[in-house]
Amino acid sequence: MVRFENVGLRYGMGAEILRDISFEIEPHSFQFLTGPSGAGKTTLLRLILLSLKPTRGLITLFDADAAHLSKDMITDLRRRIGVVFQDFRLLDHLTTYENVALPLRVQGRAEFSYRAEVVELLRWVGLGDHMHVLPPVLSGGEKQRAAIARALIVRPELLLADEPTGNVDPTLARRLLRLFAELHKSGTAVVIATHDLALMDQFESARRLVLGDNRLHIYE
Amino acid sequence: MLAQSERHQNFDPLEDEEELDLRAEQPLVPAASISGRALITVVAIMTFLASLTAGTAMLVGSAAQGWRGAVSREMTIQVMPVAGHDLEADVANAVAAARGIQGIADVYAYTKEQSEQLLQPWLGTGLDLSALPVPRLIVVKLKRDARLDTDTLRKAVTDKVPDAMIDDHRLWLERLSIMAETVVAIATVIFILVMIAMVLAVGFATRGAMAGNREIIEVLHLVGAADGYISRQFQRHFFRLGLRGGVIGGGAAIVVFLFADSLSLLLRATAGGDEMQAMFGSFALSAKGYGAIVLIACTMGFFTGIVSRTIVFRHLRGLT
Ligand SMILES: Nc1ncnc2c1ncn2[C@@H]1O[C@H](COP(=O)(O)OP(=O)(O)OP(=O)(O)O)[C@@H](O)[C@H]1O
Ligand SMILES: [Mg+2]
Repeated sequence: MVRFENVGLRYGMGAEILRDISFEIEPHSFQFLTGPSGAGKTTLLRLILLSLKPTRGLITLFDADAAHLSKDMITDLRRRIGVVFQDFRLLDHLTTYENVALPLRVQGRAEFSYRAEVVELLRWVGLGDHMHVLPPVLSGGEKQRAAIARALIVRPELLLADEPTGNVDPTLARRLLRLFAELHKSGTAVVIATHDLALMDQFESARRLVLGDNRLHIYE
Repeated sequence: MLAQSERHQNFDPLEDEEELDLRAEQPLVPAASISGRALITVVAIMTFLASLTAGTAMLVGSAAQGWRGAVSREMTIQVMPVAGHDLEADVANAVAAARGIQGIADVYAYTKEQSEQLLQPWLGTGLDLSALPVPRLIVVKLKRDARLDTDTLRKAVTDKVPDAMIDDHRLWLERLSIMAETVVAIATVIFILVMIAMVLAVGFATRGAMAGNREIIEVLHLVGAADGYISRQFQRHFFRLGLRGGVIGGGAAIVVFLFADSLSLLLRATAGGDEMQAMFGSFALSAKGYGAIVLIACTMGFFTGIVSRTIVFRHLRGLT
């Protein structure tokens, strides 16, 4: 599904943040991506999402060489990936409902065709009462759940979640993790970037990709 | 994905009526992020100028065409008084000669009094003109569609009256054509300049809007929006702004022309009015002219939308 071969990345003229990264994400797999703050977890996820180009190495995404994708193909691939950004990236002028519906809306779908689906998902993540408010008045945890809902609404084949439980209490974190597990069971490959050890311990069987010293260590 | 059963265990089934009070779909690019008022003003001014230019060109064009039509179906014979000749007889001979030619609709000779009257604006009244050798004019009107060349007429008339001079107004017509063409050329240049200024203004506004919405554009990209979709979001805004500016500017131009029209109606009653009337017909812009202004206003709207869409699209293609 995703394959990195000797990928290296530096921002501008700076030092290499990621060096010789090689790994593979299988369909229907579940893994944590972890490592200290600043190790490059977000950077790695951005590489997968093709919003960054590697300075070295080969990235293969859904069997396509990422270096030779047209813009239309990139758009198509992104529609198969759900992302929860560490900083949420909700659009402040749209309501929670509209934010969650955004990935469907930009595919040109009519509003009535996804309304029920979006409302149902919002209730499922506990935002049923906050559908019509704008993100700036949501709490951190509510924003986080809105961001998660937006990633799930497209029923992605691959879910990338960057610190998806960073802003919620342990109970809700567990619930959200159950949500991801549920998603995984239904066939989605899941990558969760986190440094929450307690969270990872709840899922001991999961694969762990650990970033450290600019390199990636894999614990199956 | 999420098992349906699981979802329904957690929540009541949807109570449709309760949740459907959604507001109308908000534009993805917030209206407040675009410096709309400045752009509307620019487009309004540009539309106003373009409409004035086009309207004036059309006025001049139709007036010129009117003159040309009238003038090209007329020739004049001038009979000069020559010592020892009977002027009246010469005039009668010339008239007779002209009448005998095919394609001539009407021949009219100015009488002595009328000819003197024609000179009045130059010589003033109260002058005894009988002593002056005032030439006599004979107006020859051609039949509609008749193509009579001057030489035939000249030959026929000078056979009888050697001192007669034929004027087919050719010089006049040429000047008129040159003038009309010049006006149209100037109008075209102004129009092109206005359009260039429009593109630049819309370009600035679009780039400004894109810079202000960089975050939104990035998020749209990441959730799977295609470039075409994003640029359409901008186009929608700019089309509306452009249309509003166009309607304001075109409306103002229409008001100006209506005002000029009614002013010329008022002036016609006064002294100079008749001459204005003679020069321009009237200031009345034809229905076609007003139609052109409406068209310009709408075009400005479309144009604004398309230009901004193109700029956004090009810009997006440059991004990763
Ligand atoms: N756009 C950028 N330009 C330059 N340097 C950057 C940029 N983004 C990140 N970096 C640097 O790259 C390194 C890795 O950043 P990254 O955000 O990937 O870390 P992270 O593992 O996600 O950290 P955290 O756990 O705190 O979220 C950091 O040292 C950061 O300063
Ligand atoms: Mg990070």
